Amino acid sequence: MTEYHFKTPISEEDIRKLKVNDVLYITGTIVTARDQAHRRALEYFKEGKQLPVNLEGLAVFHCGPVVSKEGDKWVAVAAGPTTSTRMDIFEDEFIKNFKVRVVIGKGGMGKRTTDAMAKYGAVYGAFTGGAAILAAKAIKKVKGVEWLDLGTPEALWIFEVEDFGPLAVAIDSHGNNIFMDVAKNVEENRKKIYQKLGLQI
Amino acid sequence: MEIANVVENVAFNLIKQAVIYLPEDVKQALKKAYAEETSAAGKTQLKAILDNIELAEKYKAPICQDTGTIIFYANAGADVKHLDKIENALINATRKATKEVPLRPNAVDPFTQKNSGDNTGRFIPYINWDIVPGDTLELTVMTKGGGSENVCTTGMLVPGEGINGLKKFVIEAVIKAGSQPCPPTILGVAMGGGSDIAIKLAKKALLKPLNEPNPNPEIAKLEKELYEAANMTGIGPMGLGGKTTVLGVHVEYAFRHPASFPAAVAFNCWAARRATARIHADGTVEYVTHKGRV
Ligand code: SF4
Repeated sequence: MTEYHFKTPISEEDIRKLKVNDVLYITGTIVTARDQAHRRALEYFKEGKQLPVNLEGLAVFHCGPVVSKEGDKWVAVAAGPTTSTRMDIFEDEFIKNFKVRVVIGKGGMGKRTTDAMAKYGAVYGAFTGGAAILAAKAIKKVKGVEWLDLGTPEALWIFEVEDFGPLAVAIDSHGNNIFMDVAKNVEENRKKIYQKLGLQI
Repeated sequence: MEIANVVENVAFNLIKQAVIYLPEDVKQALKKAYAEETSAAGKTQLKAILDNIELAEKYKAPICQDTGTIIFYANAGADVKHLDKIENALINATRKATKEVPLRPNAVDPFTQKNSGDNTGRFIPYINWDIVPGDTLELTVMTKGGGSENVCTTGMLVPGEGINGLKKFVIEAVIKAGSQPCPPTILGVAMGGGSDIAIKLAKKALLKPLNEPNPNPEIAKLEKELYEAANMTGIGPMGLGGKTTVLGVHVEYAFRHPASFPAAVAFNCWAARRATARIHADGTVEYVTHKGRV
């Protein structure tokens, strides 16, 4: 387990250094995107349109933040992660097309995303579910917001962050996926539990 | 002061206390879990949770962005006057808390999908009433997160399987829930009564402090057994693996119909938010879970 502090834009070379169980902190720019933003971004790509923000080397954050407007400035009040599995159907194309290096969320992602991360060089950083203040305090500035027509939680929020984390590297760019390992392990443990409790499978 | 005003005031304070400060027993359990967790990834998560709890207290901000559905438990003394005014007072307190704490608006009309914006709506905040002897009103608020609510489950088990069927049901519920309810979680487990009674008892059991096992030794033994079994799954904090999957298990029961074995598992996430106060007949207020946090 090694701790890394990366600044965006993050290079493929750097991201390949990370292994599952490492801990990552990010300084620089992260951009939120949930289901709808993923869908629109991929449509833009198909139509050859530019995204409003260049995501190369950045982190995409599965998050619908609570924001408030103070004067004409946006402030992130709470910004915990949302469940990532909903984005599984978009993430491989998203990584391939936009070259994001880090995907931040909670609950993990599946094989499709794991394969894309290995192929194009990206990792999944698990941020602690519910730790909304920890996240909000690492957000130094709301640099901008795009696609507000999708609604506050679904918009692209561009955050300037300092040591955003801890992110547990749960999927690395070498095909390892902690969540898939845990699932296998749980299957094994289920047998032991049944045995201990004297239950029939 | 009018009882309605006192109740509104107290309920507002309870909501605020609940969403900002975790109860002491939950904090202690998380600290113990952090000390004992051996999985590196799991430990990082527990550390982040503890840091987050501290920051929430420091900045007096809600612990989690999902401030939950507002649920009240009212133990009303039979001699308390103006009980008919209390429901309205609780609704007003919820509105005020949404604006002033603030809370995330979490009450959506299931027909129109419109969010009421103030955490109130048909049956919400929900109030569970119990009539007890005396002239004291004991109010408890639970602000219940959606992630952990989504994995709550009831089942009609096979009576012939008895308690073993229940054990299986609980373990399978924990495994199926996986990382979804933001583990480490607290489990409320109930059997008997009927499908509605079981889940109601299970959810209410989530209000019990973690350091208080059931006074009935047989139930306490079952709680311990389920606790150990759930932590053998290896799901771990946030599903990243480890030995802390649940912080505690509370078991409740009602008698059952001979042909039925209703069972229920209610999950609460690590952000297990609750607060209790007693309003006495002379108007004095006693904060039970969050002394000195008003
Ligand atoms: S499950 Fe609980 S801790 Fe997790 S996001 Fe929901 S309310 Fe917060």
